[in-house]
Amino acid sequence: MQTQVLIIGAGVTGTGLARDLALRGLSVVVVEKRDINAGASGGNHGLLHSGARYIASDPAAAAECHIENQRLKQLAPHCIENTGGLFVAVAGDDERYIADFPQMCRRCHIPVRQVDPKEAREMEPTLSDTLIAAYLVDDATVDPFKLSLDNMADARRHGAVLRRHCRVTGFQMAQSRIRRTTIIDEVTGRSETIDADVVVNAAGAWAGVVAGLAGATIEMRYSKGSLLVTQSRLCERVVNRLRMPTDGDILVPGGTVSILGTTSVRVDSPDVIYPEVHEVDTIIDQGAAMIPQLAVTRYIRAYCGVRPLLGADDPQTSEDDDDRAVSRGFALIDHARQPGAPSNLITISGGKLTTYRLMAEKTADLVCSRLGVTARCRTDVTALPDTVDARWTEPGLAPNVWLRQKAPDDMLLCECEMVSQSVVDEIVAGLQALDGRPDLKAIGLRSRIGKGPCQGTFCSQRLAAYLYDRGHLQGADGLVQLRLFLRERWRGQQPLLWDMNLAQAELLEAMHCGLFGLELEKSP
Amino acid sequence: MNVSGKQPSCDLSCDLMIIGTGMAGMAAAFFAVRQGIDTIQVGLTGEIGFASGLIDLLGVHPVVQGTPVDDPWEGIVRLCRDEPHHPYARLDIETIRTAFQTLLDFFETSGYPHAVPQRGNQRIVTPVGTLKTTYAVPHTMQAGAWALDRQAPCLLVDFDGLKGYSAHQIAAGLADRWPVLKPVRLVFPGGRGELYVEHMARALDAPAVRQQLADAIRPHLGGVAAVGLPAVLGMYRTREVQADLQSGLGLPVFEIPTMVPGVAGLRLRELFEQRLPPMGVRPLFQHRVLAVRRSKDGGMAFTIAPEDAPRRVKARAAVLCTGRFFGKGLQADRGGIRETLFGLPVAQPKDRASWHHKDLLDLQGHPINRAGVGVDADFRPVDAKGRPVHDNLFAAGSILAHQDWIRQKCGSGLAIATAYGAVRAAARFLQKLY
Repeated sequence: MQTQVLIIGAGVTGTGLARDLALRGLSVVVVEKRDINAGASGGNHGLLHSGARYIASDPAAAAECHIENQRLKQLAPHCIENTGGLFVAVAGDDERYIADFPQMCRRCHIPVRQVDPKEAREMEPTLSDTLIAAYLVDDATVDPFKLSLDNMADARRHGAVLRRHCRVTGFQMAQSRIRRTTIIDEVTGRSETIDADVVVNAAGAWAGVVAGLAGATIEMRYSKGSLLVTQSRLCERVVNRLRMPTDGDILVPGGTVSILGTTSVRVDSPDVIYPEVHEVDTIIDQGAAMIPQLAVTRYIRAYCGVRPLLGADDPQTSEDDDDRAVSRGFALIDHARQPGAPSNLITISGGKLTTYRLMAEKTADLVCSRLGVTARCRTDVTALPDTVDARWTEPGLAPNVWLRQKAPDDMLLCECEMVSQSVVDEIVAGLQALDGRPDLKAIGLRSRIGKGPCQGTFCSQRLAAYLYDRGHLQGADGLVQLRLFLRERWRGQQPLLWDMNLAQAELLEAMHCGLFGLELEKSP
Repeated sequence: MNVSGKQPSCDLSCDLMIIGTGMAGMAAAFFAVRQGIDTIQVGLTGEIGFASGLIDLLGVHPVVQGTPVDDPWEGIVRLCRDEPHHPYARLDIETIRTAFQTLLDFFETSGYPHAVPQRGNQRIVTPVGTLKTTYAVPHTMQAGAWALDRQAPCLLVDFDGLKGYSAHQIAAGLADRWPVLKPVRLVFPGGRGELYVEHMARALDAPAVRQQLADAIRPHLGGVAAVGLPAVLGMYRTREVQADLQSGLGLPVFEIPTMVPGVAGLRLRELFEQRLPPMGVRPLFQHRVLAVRRSKDGGMAFTIAPEDAPRRVKARAAVLCTGRFFGKGLQADRGGIRETLFGLPVAQPKDRASWHHKDLLDLQGHPINRAGVGVDADFRPVDAKGRPVHDNLFAAGSILAHQDWIRQKCGSGLAIATAYGAVRAAARFLQKLY
């Protein structure tokens, strides 16, 4: 395969870049070793930062966040819920930080309005009665899956190609340039090559690994953050703890649920990470100081992501044990300037979900200057189209459509989130148009299937059976996929198994292991 | 204890209170009345509907290797040697045999016979296309094990509108282990839209419906030696349904289990609910024990739901068969696991981080599965020092510690054997009182 630009990684940065370049008329191929948003882009709060959280640690990133926050609200409103945000302090929090907060916000051009604690509790009745200060900012929430899926869908409409489950295995060099990139298709096991003029490493937490394959080095740190999903939505707005960022500080609404996090734990590798029991306990205990109900609410799921942090060689931050002081600004690395590194490799890493578009713009500018292309960025003025690819990630949409249509043969495969056969058909058609490979996890990614209280106990097998009936699964594929799907759901259940969740998990294990004996099947 | 402020009304009393209506509770009630013990049984009858209907004795040992057990009787002996704290090890093998046979005889005389293999465990097909090792199966499933054993070509039928059950999936999943399966999808007689197994089974209790079903299947029989259907062959008249279909098709017909709750579990529920009261069990089904206290004479006084009109039941002894977390016999919060009714000591891992493995399918099984109530040789719950907590309280079934019925595939066997053991010990206790 031949292309002008090869992008490695289909997170929000890679897909955003693909759209930017495709809109400028360049030919683009994106390769992704798993699926869209498999890394940090799918493992965050879904918070569209006002920037206020970074005013003390990184004022430049804070100001940048705010500009992008305003822009995305204009250009991608269908991915965003403009909730507004509150910063609240409770008795015992640092009064100096509280007092300096509005001034620091204004210095970064972030609008802020003080509200009386009583008024704040009227706005958000679940807030603690020990509130001592509250400020309103323009935080919002964003659906990161919809965002990346829509970016990729628009990029594809402009000619870009996405290859999922394709891992980069090596680079062939000539005259200190990457001439050819070798990928392996993780599903078929086949190797392929891609010839590109410029290669952009947008592999997020894996950027260091990819750069290493090309003989370039990036100093990276991996900071794992774990988050919890509550069964129901507890607040209308984003609620931040008004203090220097630490664990369990933010509660973000996500449609019908709330998301509480996060932690910051240094890990050696981004590959195999789990939300841990002790992190869950820390997050809940900390969060409950702001919103007492968090101590007793039911949590549906935990998840985690790895923040790719650059600048491990910075002496100012290398002793910082929780990595929170490491810049949340992004790094655009032109490897042409590094001795011994390929001259046509660019790495874009770090940054925030909120600044993904800006990161893509800066990267695309560099790519274009390399290729002598003069087309300018359009993503800062062109609205992101609302595409069918991302339609079913929206909480509550599938049930609404199903109830409205009342087609008697359109049965629900997932009863918790009310995902029907016709929704699955539509997603499968989209996947077939992409690369012809519908699988349980991919359908889960593009819908709410498996995301309700049963966490896949019933819908996993219903979905597998349905895919067999429609001829989308053959041989023992379904068994392999069932195992993979359940294992993935389990990763998010395992640290939350007490009370109702534990009873639910017992039923899940009784059926899938006790009756089906899935644990005894050969590992995929 | 007085829960709602209202005085409990309608006092009842009995010698033995069976708390729980899962397989263990039902078996315990049966064993108790069979011995002539004055018995009341209380519990919400939903749980046994989740039973698969397969009578597993021991399917895997050791769990860590995932080794299938060929002969469960010989396997239980090995298990008891390797795991001396396993509840099976509280009984000798002849007692387990007696318990098992007694209950199977009861099923047979109740019109729902089970097939016991000549030697060792048998294997049956699951709805995801795996093979499950089990022991006794409802007669409606027997021909499936037979056909699998002989690798006989079979027609696998599924139905428009029945979710989570695909004959194509089963045939595809077993292609390398049973390659002569022919899937076909039919319209269930009178069935439009979504189907539910319970409704289908009740529908097939009517002769005209099974006639129509046979007519629909008949054109697809070419070259097959048996016909597999999802487990819907009647709720009460399974023998007639099966016989009619077999004579209508001229071939053996068998059921394949469906996802839970399946019909096989519901049949057991119906069977126990209908047969136990005439035998003498006084049922308080759809009631829940709200509280218990010890009376001065050493007996127990239970307060039974509903909360707005609570009743009091006095008993000289009790068998606790309340199950685990799904059955609400055990309850967990972030800090630990407790037994919900008596506050009995629960043997458990030291902290929540060690309750579960990171992988659902980890072959070792999750440590929390072995948490539960420890008992002495008389199935009396014990404290940390191994001493019985009460001399008249016994426990049976999955609430017992040191077993992993899900991974060891011993759920029904464990329920039946320990219910037998607990009731036998309770009978001895009661005899001493009189």
